[in-house]
Amino acid sequence: MELHELTIHEALELLRRSEISATELTQAVLDRIVDVDNDIKAYVTLTPETALEEARKADELRAAGADGALLGIPLAIKDNICLEGVPTTCGSRILESFIPPYDATAITQLRHVGAVFLGKTNLDEFAMGSSTENSAFFTTHNPWDLTRVPGGSSGGSAAALSVDEALGALGSDTGGSVRQPAALCGIVGIKPTYGRVSRYGLVAFASSLDQVGPLGKDVRDCALLLNVIAGHDPQDSTSLDAPVPDYNRALHPEIKGLRVGVPREYFGAGIQPEVETAVRDAIQVLVDLGAHIGETSLPHTEYALPVYYLLAPAEASANLARYDGVKYGYSIPDAPDIWGAYRRTRQHGFGAEVKRRIMLGTYALSAGYYDAYYLKAQKVRTLIKQDFDQAFQQFDVLVGPTSPTVAFKIGEKIDDPLQMYLSDVFTLSQNLAGICALSLPCGFADGLPVGFQISGPALGEETVLRVAYAYEQATEWHTRNPPIQ
Amino acid sequence: MVLTREEVQHVAELAKLGLTEEETETYREQLSAILEYAAILERLDTDAIPPTASVLPLTNVMRADEPASSLPQADALANAPSATEGYFQVKAILEE
Repeated sequence: MELHELTIHEALELLRRSEISATELTQAVLDRIVDVDNDIKAYVTLTPETALEEARKADELRAAGADGALLGIPLAIKDNICLEGVPTTCGSRILESFIPPYDATAITQLRHVGAVFLGKTNLDEFAMGSSTENSAFFTTHNPWDLTRVPGGSSGGSAAALSVDEALGALGSDTGGSVRQPAALCGIVGIKPTYGRVSRYGLVAFASSLDQVGPLGKDVRDCALLLNVIAGHDPQDSTSLDAPVPDYNRALHPEIKGLRVGVPREYFGAGIQPEVETAVRDAIQVLVDLGAHIGETSLPHTEYALPVYYLLAPAEASANLARYDGVKYGYSIPDAPDIWGAYRRTRQHGFGAEVKRRIMLGTYALSAGYYDAYYLKAQKVRTLIKQDFDQAFQQFDVLVGPTSPTVAFKIGEKIDDPLQMYLSDVFTLSQNLAGICALSLPCGFADGLPVGFQISGPALGEETVLRVAYAYEQATEWHTRNPPIQ
Repeated sequence: MVLTREEVQHVAELAKLGLTEEETETYREQLSAILEYAAILERLDTDAIPPTASVLPLTNVMRADEPASSLPQADALANAPSATEGYFQVKAILEE
């Protein structure tokens, strides 16, 4: 096995036995990136020099007897998470030259345990999208079929990981942006409970929905990453002050008697038949493992899409007001007055989808429409949350497809925003309810990966990881690799 | 819900977003379609339902009133296209 093919836990074992060095491991992954990234285009910025420097330090520390939880493990970071001194573009012209003066808290925590940072990965501009096609720079290609999207918005992180251009990665998930690309690229991704991971240094999109989440080649790697980044942060007043369990301890493949709910709304019209088959087969695996399966209902599921596409743009329109050509680099100052400079800077600095959402959100918040759209959506959000509260009284986890289809063709949905939004129809409601959810591979349709989504209640990550681990141990999907050499 | 060009232009002005004629028409059509889709929310009677702004049971979060290190001024200004004497520089806001 080549070094870049290792999972994090496999690499840690070899590092601890001194069979490999962090420098060799990091160099192998950097070589892999050189070999494949011209085709995949997962990375926006690469930092090979600092990565090798961090790897050398990790080797020194290990030689001196240290053993951090991720000491010497090379990671990819979505380009909306700040790394001090490294450009953080958010896939946008307007932040093209922005260099953050500080690390995001998740990065500080990863540094603390010795992680190595390979670079920043592509995303839909400001994390708004489901395909990376909204990146201002280029579209990332799905390693399973280069003519298809990797999903989004964390498509760069997911694609990089699926083709061994990193051992692990961070993404962010506002309405499915970790889970959907994880599903479409055949890897594992978690959206933690809202507040479980600090948002400090994550560039804000929709503040009541955003969460940083780990992506891994398998469930154990996701647990290792979550262990490090979870926890309370005084810099983020919405982070939860709740104890962080050792998520590794959740990984035992015993789910006998666990109550697994199957919401009937997750198998409605629009789901690709092969996706439904793969997910039904996955549910049968859980039955065979001794779980109690029951049908349930989340009756307001169909309203999640309109609620999300009113609330997320409304919050985005406020968050993105800060990009005015005064503070962050990109600026078109040649206008007669400051208002003209704002208008021109924002017109040329933002791409089409970001402008569409700013317009939609501004409209939903504007005088005369606030009650009909924004307030109405917030009330329906309450109903969506209550659906989950009721379901979790009966069930420990809920399962279904992550996305209604496998990866779609580049260009297929880019001119039809509503069709694109439907790609996230099963992942939006977990963000609206603030609960946790995970996607992992459960089969293939036409040679493309299908994702299985396991949702748990707030702070239910251990149960979600346990079910995912049990399923993964009973199947082999996570061992398949895309046809890229 | 069909938007007029004037409504689209009004919203763009609220958002301080310049739009070309073509963009104005594209967004008029697309936003109309999205808002029409969103109208399914009207089917639900929500008169007695409280709104959810955040899923967290938080009210105010206070920290101890103790001085701590903060971002140096030069670092805070480092990304500014134009800065002078420790301030962000902007065009005149008020006319003389």
